[in-house]
Amino acid sequence: MMQINDPILTVDRVSKRFDVSAPWLNRVLEGKPRLLVNAVNEVSFTIARGSCFSIVGESGCGKSTVARLVTGLYATSGGDIRFGRGAEGRPVRVQMIFQDPHSSLNPRWRIGDIIAEPIREMKLRRDEAETTSRVEELLQTVGLAADDARKFPHEFSGGQRQRISIARALACEPELLVCDEPTSALDVSVQAQILNLMRRLQQELGLTYLFISHDLSVVRHMSDMIAVMYLGRIVEMAPVESLFNQPLHPYSQLLLNTIPDIHAPKRARCVDNGEPPSPLNPPSGCAFHPRCALATDACREAVPPLRDLSDGHKAACLLAG
Amino acid sequence: MMLRQAPAPQDPGSQPVPEGAPALEVDSLTVEFPTRRGLLTAIDDVSIRIAPGEILGVVGESGAGKSITGLAVLGLLEAPGRIAKGEIRVGGRRVDTLSEDELTRVRGREMGAIFQDPLTALNPLFSIGAQLIETIRLHKPMSREAAQQKAVTLLREVGIPAPEDRLKQYPHQFSGGMRQRVVIALALAAEPQLIIADEPTTALDVSIQAQITTLLRRLCDEHRTGIMLVTHDMGVIAETADRVAVMYSGRVVETGRVEDVLHDPQHPYTRGLMAAIPSLHARSGTLAQIDGAMPRLNARPSGCAFHPRCPQAGPRCLRERPQLVPAARSEAACFIQDGGTE
Ligand SMILES: Nc1ncnc2c1ncn2[C@@H]1O[C@H](COP(=O)(O)OP(=O)(O)OP(=O)(O)O)[C@@H](O)[C@H]1O
Ligand SMILES: Nc1ncnc2c1ncn2[C@@H]1O[C@H](COP(=O)(O)OP(=O)(O)O)[C@@H](O)[C@H]1O
Ligand code: SF4
Ligand code: SF4
Ligand SMILES: [Mg+2]
Ligand SMILES: [Mg+2]
Repeated sequence: MMQINDPILTVDRVSKRFDVSAPWLNRVLEGKPRLLVNAVNEVSFTIARGSCFSIVGESGCGKSTVARLVTGLYATSGGDIRFGRGAEGRPVRVQMIFQDPHSSLNPRWRIGDIIAEPIREMKLRRDEAETTSRVEELLQTVGLAADDARKFPHEFSGGQRQRISIARALACEPELLVCDEPTSALDVSVQAQILNLMRRLQQELGLTYLFISHDLSVVRHMSDMIAVMYLGRIVEMAPVESLFNQPLHPYSQLLLNTIPDIHAPKRARCVDNGEPPSPLNPPSGCAFHPRCALATDACREAVPPLRDLSDGHKAACLLAG
Repeated sequence: MMLRQAPAPQDPGSQPVPEGAPALEVDSLTVEFPTRRGLLTAIDDVSIRIAPGEILGVVGESGAGKSITGLAVLGLLEAPGRIAKGEIRVGGRRVDTLSEDELTRVRGREMGAIFQDPLTALNPLFSIGAQLIETIRLHKPMSREAAQQKAVTLLREVGIPAPEDRLKQYPHQFSGGMRQRVVIALALAAEPQLIIADEPTTALDVSIQAQITTLLRRLCDEHRTGIMLVTHDMGVIAETADRVAVMYSGRVVETGRVEDVLHDPQHPYTRGLMAAIPSLHARSGTLAQIDGAMPRLNARPSGCAFHPRCPQAGPRCLRERPQLVPAARSEAACFIQDGGTE
């Protein structure tokens, strides 16, 4: 494993199981079995302070579950999550930004109160006057006006609401921001505004990002390290340039081959006809084997371990490397 | 889709259809929503043309008017929305003047529709087979057996394995990508001249997205169907469409062949949009950004609606409204291409 000197976050063989069975009585009456989904399976990674670590993968692969485990919204079913040291020796503060800025802001609160809430709750400022000036400062930091504090969420566009979510997340002076698809609900021109803002904040405030997205071009733009997930597991993890220049896992190769590319359209590409399998009933061994052109009998037997193949570039494929 | 009694087959009895007519011709379409707070013009003088076998991508930010344009063509505008001006022809036949009954027949037979969420297009209570067979027989009288055969052929054509077995299954037994294939099969059932596909891949994962766009491309080539592909994703346009119309605030601001518009955009909005998309090939420091946001309908700026966000705006842009004029190899609605902005 590549050593990271000053990790802000270490996720060590973390798993999360969800019970999705029918209610107990139905199970007894109808003789249905217990159903467990392994949403996240033995996932390990480390994030270096000040960097951006991204997780990509298709719907349902477990990205948001990892985000929620890291922020403590879910308890783990196994494994460890350890944080490095935060400012002034206190534990690292973690905040989360969600995809949908519409539902994550309370519609009945004024923007000023939405942003001030964590400041008041954690007593980060001595009095109301200081809190108010901090709120104004935060609004300006994210590119809004100080007097926007008096308005309500519905008075803002999607992009502006995402700025408000960011201001609120910054209010607790966090070191680590977990961003789950922060621009997926936004138009490209507005997405560029938010990505630029996030980059600037990262530099100015020394923030670390755990960044989740299904959009590979956004991930390429933002990240230092990328982890590709498939059906609850990390199948490849590498520095951004090596992943894009030389993807080693057949699934990463498929993703990079199928993503629409404005600058080099692949009009005559061959598309696979497979689909991600159901997490309720995952294939044996390497979960990708039903879609993999290279699959052999060995692939159906054991789950391939995530192996270091070169300079911090890891892949979980028997044939890679 | 609702399962209806198949009406007695009869021709809408309209005028003969000209040979070799475009799959779709939209001329100066204006769509209005009368609301309590005033008249909102969602689509403002839009003209579009799609040849048989051609995919026109309609791209723009949310609220630009892409979906309303598609719904107007399909005759599915919801009240109080109404076509205030303009003409729509499908395969040369005027459709915006048809009665509700005539329209129901033309829709489905001459036009198919594919929407973002395949679940809304499928009836959860009926098997895939029942829905396909009903749609096929609605538009072309034939025996149940023949229709069933045709349903199997259609499912195979859209890439559903073991179609005979799949006929008996219900929508919830299909994955998102499979459902969208079924919706495409339904849209194709009557061999329409035109398909309106509104964000058909937006709800799907990238690897499935590519399967669906490739399928649309192939069907369009093989059946000579014209397709209006509505999307906010330039990548999908780049990979799938022949020509593109870029919409902004209810108008087409640039149109042309995909290669020309994407690689040599002429309108400042298209240029901004292209530059704002992060590259898959190289990492840039800061993305080019268009400041501000698209105006709401009730606060559309005077003159060129893009002027408050346009780095090149001049005094004329506040006074007059630019029209589409030839610009390089495409057409753009911008005074830079049409006499200057002073
Ligand atoms: N609270 C829950 N209860 C039961 N199952 C869940 C729960 N949350 C997630 N899952 C399941 O866990 C798996 C991973 O879900 P997760 O939300 O992490 O996916 P994701 O990668 O974020 O997908 P998307 O791109 O669609 O957001 C899925 O199969 C999902 O159905
Ligand atoms: N029923 C309605 N009443 C009033 N305005 C509407 C209605 N439906 C759509 N609009 C407005 O028409 C414009 C175009 O909408 P639409 O075509 O759905 O945009 P998009 O380009 O995202 O598909 C938007 O500003 C939208 O708010
Ligand atoms: S382990 Fe086998 S099935 Fe899995 S990706 Fe590698 S070659 Fe394919
Ligand atoms: S007409 Fe004027 S404001 Fe509109 S895009 Fe052209 S230069 Fe900009
Ligand atoms: Mg998610
Ligand atoms: Mg739309």
